[in-house]
Amino acid sequence: MLIELTDQPIDVAATIAAVEAEGAGAVNAFIGTVRNQSTGRPVVRLHYEAYDAMALHQMRRVAEQAQEKWPMLQKIAVVHRKGTLEIGHVAVVVAVSTPHRAESFAACQFIIDTIKKVVPIWKKEEFEDGQVWVAAHP
Amino acid sequence: MKLKLSLFGITKEIVGSPELELTAPDPQSVAGLMEQLRTQYPRLRELTSCAVAVNSEYAADDYQLQERDEIALIPPVSGG
Repeated sequence: MLIELTDQPIDVAATIAAVEAEGAGAVNAFIGTVRNQSTGRPVVRLHYEAYDAMALHQMRRVAEQAQEKWPMLQKIAVVHRKGTLEIGHVAVVVAVSTPHRAESFAACQFIIDTIKKVVPIWKKEEFEDGQVWVAAHP
Repeated sequence: MKLKLSLFGITKEIVGSPELELTAPDPQSVAGLMEQLRTQYPRLRELTSCAVAVNSEYAADDYQLQERDEIALIPPVSGG
């Protein structure tokens, strides 16, 4: 299991390679990237901040939950970026390997969906005319 | 008792510091701490939500805080 939080560019190929396994017939990866707009408003860049110790703990817990739900999971890798990211940069990579493809899609989606709900990482969108912490206000 | 809090994202901006030390009644629950903070920093009331983490776990409203706890405010997360 590879769980990482980094302020350096994520090596996508290395993260995917980390889940290679002889028992795997499927490797599935989700790559989250920085989009150039938010509800129609042009975004200049994003700033990610993390509560490192808790973020790593919760990322590991999500991976463990996935392992319990899909015992056939061979390997799991979750790498999240923090700091300032420009448009197109990779913010997160989730990779899993399983014997067959169906479980690889399901497990990968479960991990990224749950990470977005529970892991203490915050992003601030920077626009031409200001900055907003995403989801902070109703 | 004295409690030490870590602040992130919007809560760090509202409080104006990444850390906050405060004196709380003993015992003090998570819900009580939040009410104490909302009185001191009314802009916390404007947030969609604000959870409290104790020792890297989300804490229930009725959890009784201890001086040695590592406490953090967790405004709505937005990773990914």
